[in-house]
Amino acid sequence: MLNIKNVSKTFNLGTVNEKAALKNINLMLEEGDFVTLIGGNGAGKSTMLNCVAGVYGVEAGNIFIDGKEVTKLPEHRRAALIGRVFQDPMMGTAASMGIEENLALAYRRGQLRTLRWGISHQEKELFKELLSSLGLGLENRMTDKVGLLSGGQRQALTLVMATLIRPRILLLDEHTAALDPKTADKVLELSDHFIEESGLTTLMVTHNMRHAIKHGNRLVMMHEGHIILDIKGEEKMNLTVEDLMQRFGKASGEEFANDRALLSE
Amino acid sequence: MLQILLGAVSLGLLWAVMTIGVYITYRILNIADLSVEGSIAMGAAIAAQGIMKGMNPFAATAMAFIGGMSAGLITGALHTRLKIPALLSGILTMIALYSVNLRILGKANLSLLRLETVYTGLQSMGVGRNDSVIVLGMLSVSALIVVLYWFFGTEIGCAIRATGNNPQMARAQGINTDNMIILGLVISNGLVALSGALIAQSQSFADVQMGIGSIVIGLASVIIGEVLFGKKSFFSRLVSLVLGAISYRVIIALVLRLGMPANDLKLFTALTVAIALSLPVLRGYLEPLKKSMKGGR
Ligand SMILES: Nc1ncnc2c1ncn2[C@@H]1O[C@H](COP(=O)(O)OP(=O)(O)OP(=O)(O)O)[C@@H](O)[C@H]1O
Ligand SMILES: [Mg+2]
Repeated sequence: MLNIKNVSKTFNLGTVNEKAALKNINLMLEEGDFVTLIGGNGAGKSTMLNCVAGVYGVEAGNIFIDGKEVTKLPEHRRAALIGRVFQDPMMGTAASMGIEENLALAYRRGQLRTLRWGISHQEKELFKELLSSLGLGLENRMTDKVGLLSGGQRQALTLVMATLIRPRILLLDEHTAALDPKTADKVLELSDHFIEESGLTTLMVTHNMRHAIKHGNRLVMMHEGHIILDIKGEEKMNLTVEDLMQRFGKASGEEFANDRALLSE
Repeated sequence: MLQILLGAVSLGLLWAVMTIGVYITYRILNIADLSVEGSIAMGAAIAAQGIMKGMNPFAATAMAFIGGMSAGLITGALHTRLKIPALLSGILTMIALYSVNLRILGKANLSLLRLETVYTGLQSMGVGRNDSVIVLGMLSVSALIVVLYWFFGTEIGCAIRATGNNPQMARAQGINTDNMIILGLVISNGLVALSGALIAQSQSFADVQMGIGSIVIGLASVIIGEVLFGKKSFFSRLVSLVLGAISYRVIIALVLRLGMPANDLKLFTALTVAIALSLPVLRGYLEPLKKSMKGGR
């Protein structure tokens, strides 16, 4: 479903600030794979997701989604295939537009936008039903500006928007990191719900090892622009936090305790 | 006095068209577009020269609209295709248009006295000079509000609003934000030029200088509208822009009447806008003061 082949990405190429963020990355996701992606600060996780989404171009390698090469496709064209939720709850929605207006924007992802009315009556009903089935308490605030919602509500809404039109790939970049633990769990639960319901191929970045182990069918770890671990199947199901720490130590050749970023359990 | 007020209202209505254009870039697209300073004079120049050459005044006005749109297109291309910052792109277009406008006019200004304008039709039916401007101004502004209210509710209109609000989100939802920015700038500058054409015909001359400071007048009108008449629904926002533009003209007429020298007008306008824009910060400063005063009582 997603195939990242020999992809390299260097920021500020040819300047003193040159920074190789991805070094010849190879990663292949099968249809329905739910991969959790962990790694320390600056490991290149966000860069990888952004390269898949087309936020950045890559200087080497190819990216395929659903068999189609997208390496040169601009971000807004790739959006037809990709659903995204970001770390910052402000980033995924338009704050000064209403809840239903935001959903209507997402409902047209990948379609040509015309001079038809931006939201139809049927859509309003549909969105309302959808939100009330999720129990977010938003179904009676459909015309409220999204800026009035809490971070957790905005993140839940972004998740609904990302999956409203079934994406070929769902990219979640630490989408619960900015939320308090209880809200984070709720949003994660909601993510699981959507992913299971439609069998979405998903790449989820997290700093929380417990989450990385509990969710998904496959765990990938990055370190300094490389993929250093790829654990799937039964091995993944039986994984513990201790295992993971040990294997990270071996694979990265560093003492795990030195990596401040992987602290949270 | 009434005469002065009516004059202010008629001028305000014509400037309202420009104010709506400024609103589209400044509030909807979140861009301060300075090319409007050039496009307003361009609209005046095109309409005036067209009428001089014997064109139908309505056709000349339509041509001014198209000219303004092309100015917006250039600013948009500079900004999105060549990645020049929006403010600078606008300044480049504005400066370039000064020369273009001189070429269109052939000299620094052009008089339209005794020539047919969009207003003369009404005047020949016995409507007064000022009244004809008010009638036509009202008609244009109402039509504009209806059309824009519709447009910004369409899929493309929503995409433009999303682009101004959160471009990252817009792109993630498959919106070509570059094209939306260009489209917004095109519409905005078209309206500003249209306003320039209407103003030139109402005062019977076009001047290459008439754009200077117009962006600040536009901003002042937007802000006065928001402060005085609220910003609830999109429709009431559009209406508040018109009321804001009229209020600005009334305020100017009043301060001139109170004896402020006309040369100080631009200083006065700039100060008004500076104060209005800093209101949120000023409120922050005043808050502790208010509290301590309450506490003292
Ligand atoms: N836009 C950019 N310009 C320059 N350098 C960048 C940019 N984005 C990321 N980098 C650099 O690339 C490297 C990888 O960053 P990236 O954001 O992908 O890390 P990450 O694994 O997501 O880390 P975190 O867990 O902190 O989010 C870092 O060294 C970072 O400083
Ligand atoms: Mg990151």
